[in-house]
Amino acid sequence: MAELKPAERMKIKRHPMPNQNEQVRRGNFTEVALGYAPETAQEEAERCLQCKDPKCVGGCPVGVLIPQFIKAIREGDMVQAVEWMKVKNNLPAICGRVCPQESQCEGSCILGEKGEPVAIGRLERYVGDYELAHRTCPLVKAPKTGTRIAVVGSGPAGLTCAVDLGREGHDVTIFESLHSPGGVLIYGIPEFRLPKSVVHHEVTYAVECLGIQIKTDHIIGRTYTLDELLVDFDVVFLGTGAGLPSFLRIPGINLNGVMSANEFLTRVNLMKAYQFPDYDTPVKVGRKVAVIGGGNVAMDAVRCSLRLQELAARKNGDERGEVHIVYRRSKDEVPARQEEFAHAGEEGVIFDFLTNPVEILGDEHRQVRALRCVRMELGEPDDSGRRRPVERRGSDFDMEIDTVIMALGTNPNPIVFVDADGLDRTTYGTAVADLETGRTKKRRVWAGGDVVTGAATVISAMGAGKRAAADMHAFLKGESAWD
Amino acid sequence: MYTIAYKEALTDVTKLMVVRAPHVARSARAGQFVIVRIDEFGERIPLTIADYDRAAGTITIIFQELGKTTKQLGKLIPGDTLSSFAGPLGHPTEIDNYGVVVCIGGGVGIAPIYPITRALKEAGNRVISIIGARTKDLLFWEEKMMTVSDRFIVCTDDGSHGRAGLVTEPLKELLEDKDNSIAKVWAIGPAGMMKFVTLTTKPYAVPTIVSLNTIMIDGTGMCGGCRVLLEEGARFVCVDGPEFDGHKVDWDSLLSRLSFYRDEEREATEYYEHKCRMDGAKTMTRK
Ligand SMILES: Cc1cc2nc3c(=O)[nH]c(=O)nc-3n(C[C@H](O)[C@H](O)[C@H](O)COP(=O)(O)OP(=O)(O)OC[C@H]3O[C@@H](n4cnc5c(N)ncnc54)[C@H](O)[C@@H]3O)c2cc1C
Ligand SMILES: Cc1cc2nc3c(=O)[nH]c(=O)nc-3n(C[C@H](O)[C@H](O)[C@H](O)COP(=O)(O)OP(=O)(O)OC[C@H]3O[C@@H](n4cnc5c(N)ncnc54)[C@H](O)[C@@H]3O)c2cc1C
Ligand code: SF4
Ligand code: SF4
Ligand code: FES
Repeated sequence: MAELKPAERMKIKRHPMPNQNEQVRRGNFTEVALGYAPETAQEEAERCLQCKDPKCVGGCPVGVLIPQFIKAIREGDMVQAVEWMKVKNNLPAICGRVCPQESQCEGSCILGEKGEPVAIGRLERYVGDYELAHRTCPLVKAPKTGTRIAVVGSGPAGLTCAVDLGREGHDVTIFESLHSPGGVLIYGIPEFRLPKSVVHHEVTYAVECLGIQIKTDHIIGRTYTLDELLVDFDVVFLGTGAGLPSFLRIPGINLNGVMSANEFLTRVNLMKAYQFPDYDTPVKVGRKVAVIGGGNVAMDAVRCSLRLQELAARKNGDERGEVHIVYRRSKDEVPARQEEFAHAGEEGVIFDFLTNPVEILGDEHRQVRALRCVRMELGEPDDSGRRRPVERRGSDFDMEIDTVIMALGTNPNPIVFVDADGLDRTTYGTAVADLETGRTKKRRVWAGGDVVTGAATVISAMGAGKRAAADMHAFLKGESAWD
Repeated sequence: MYTIAYKEALTDVTKLMVVRAPHVARSARAGQFVIVRIDEFGERIPLTIADYDRAAGTITIIFQELGKTTKQLGKLIPGDTLSSFAGPLGHPTEIDNYGVVVCIGGGVGIAPIYPITRALKEAGNRVISIIGARTKDLLFWEEKMMTVSDRFIVCTDDGSHGRAGLVTEPLKELLEDKDNSIAKVWAIGPAGMMKFVTLTTKPYAVPTIVSLNTIMIDGTGMCGGCRVLLEEGARFVCVDGPEFDGHKVDWDSLLSRLSFYRDEEREATEYYEHKCRMDGAKTMTRK
């Protein structure tokens, strides 16, 4: 294609993502977004203005070299596109799928000021999928250093840190409490949004190229304490995430039919309950489900519920029930990724905005029968800058519901802090660590990701893993003292 | 992969297995548990650490064949492997010299009460133990329990062995007996039994420790599925327990939550048994 003028580029419309039709995808767990075809990717890449001062890069938490990789796609040089990508981001197939692009890279793209931003996330996924299929940018291990490193937790923070240190020639062992590595990418985010094969591919590849050892079924704080790890290893990185679910403090939370989104999603994703009884772990979803919350976790839980209902209905030859999102703020404050919110609506999720649960009511068998709620209205802005929802007096009403799933945010899992003298924690339970280097208050221990920031994003956890790896390497080479 | 080193049938439906898992054996203590998953398709189930051998790197588990997972586990033989074996989880039992103590084991609960009884005896307590089961064929470890007890009582519901009746009957007599001032009671067994033990000791205000067996998935505090209501609020059995002050437990809520997946558990068991029969038929025709 001949070189286009900026005005011509700006005339090209943003290319939609081809998706599985909503009627079909309601009844399966396979991926919704199908990915760009090569021509579409190239045309979308033509939209980028190759800004001298690219605003998009500033919006990305790890500063991906966006104009460079897009230019390479445009030129049809995928090997080069992968190279540019990997300078800052090891896991583009994952980030392209799950980053909240609208508030990060795409939210800052100059084209977004007047029209629609370049589909950076979709192009990133395109590059990531190319790399998964062709492996043009192999991971290479530097000569062995003989240094032993323990990484605790195999989520995006731990994996990124392990890979970067493995490439430097260090001997890395990952300890993971579950039976399968990947953290939230495996147990939380559903297959229809992030195929587990993508995560397994990345993990296996890192293990094979860099000789990283993964010890599953190892709970640090119980199997070994942190202090015991420090005897066997030179340095330790903690990427244990924020997996401890919170429950609303309202009456009725122990009724049958009430669960945390973590329990529900773990049953569905990690244990594959949607394939019960071929897989042993069951999951129960009733005919009227209320998911409380408005973030990614809530959207994932509600869309899994809808699919399970649809599968059961098709099997039994009856009608699907209802699934609701119950959220105390309004549509404009929904923190979930825009795409997931839109997909949920298309699939048939019912949204009850400005609605706050105050009690869960049970029947004589201690099974949930209703959710008592009050209506809310938006008042003055709060600390987060969003308008604070306030209760409308006397507006209580009961929703007939048989399943309640709480998606209210999570806190760091405390087990890793057992016998970890000197590893300071905040009142929120997060580890105290320098955000630039990842250093904790305990010598030879780094931390990053959700365990430090509280529940955040995949890319911010990866960024933290990367920064910590760089500082750990500098420390090990003696280039940077602890104090 | 974790290899089964030894297997023994304690009753028709109660099996003992020794599993090679050095990472768990190195720090295991009485009162803790492991999470076991047989294979890729398997459920994660919690089982108490009945014994451990640090030098050999092994853990002993004892389980009752109830549903799909425990029945499948019961078919495995030495040399077979398990996909996951995570632990040790939960807090160990607190052992001290309290004076006169009563240890109660019901059914498969005899297995986890044994190491606690032994430790209490070693710590200098005067130990009275009571074990019970529905019927004689479900009892095991009578001798082992006897050797670590100062007084030993055995009951069966149907009277086929020892005293006829529930474990709460001799317990009540002991509590009434002014010559024994009982300092503490431990009870492990079916939730219903533990509930009635705590109801029995409550009027006498004797502290009663129970080991709760809620439904679990991860066992590390991540799902909240194992939560139990205590007087002071909800707690996670896997990280805060599994042992709790039995007088504070909301038993009715616990019992009802245990039955939440009953239909699915039946379906899983039937599906499994059907598959086993089909496989059995296939091997027969091949022969
Ligand atoms: C359902 C859901 C959907 C989400 N959707 C998105 C999204 O669309 N986009 C986005 O950017 N972010 C999303 N997030 C947030 C994102 O997944 C997290 O911010 C990110 O995974 C944090 O990475 P991490 O490596 O810090 O921790 P995690 O991914 O939580 O991994 C921590 C790992 O450590 C292990 N571990 C914990 N304690 C121990 C211990 N004591 N010993 C050994 N191992 C231990 C855990 O088992 C786990 O595997 C979502 C989160 C959830 C729950
Ligand atoms: C801390 C703890 C320690 C335990 N120790 C022992 C032990 O040493 N020996 C022993 O025989 N049993 C023990 N149990 C109970 C054991 O986990 C269950 O019997 C087992 O999970 C049943 O699985 P199944 O598939 O064979 O039966 P299912 O048919 O699935 O269930 C039978 C019953 O077991 C309970 N159950 C089902 N799934 C689970 C689950 N994932 N987690 C916990 N309970 C479940 C339910 O009450 C159910 O009605 C323990 C439970 C806990 C919580
Ligand atoms: S990593 Fe995420 S935020 Fe950064 S460019 Fe890629 S999609 Fe955008
Ligand atoms: S801001 Fe937008 S147009 Fe400019 S370089 Fe970045 S993606 Fe391209
Ligand atoms: S088993 Fe999941 S929190 Fe206890």
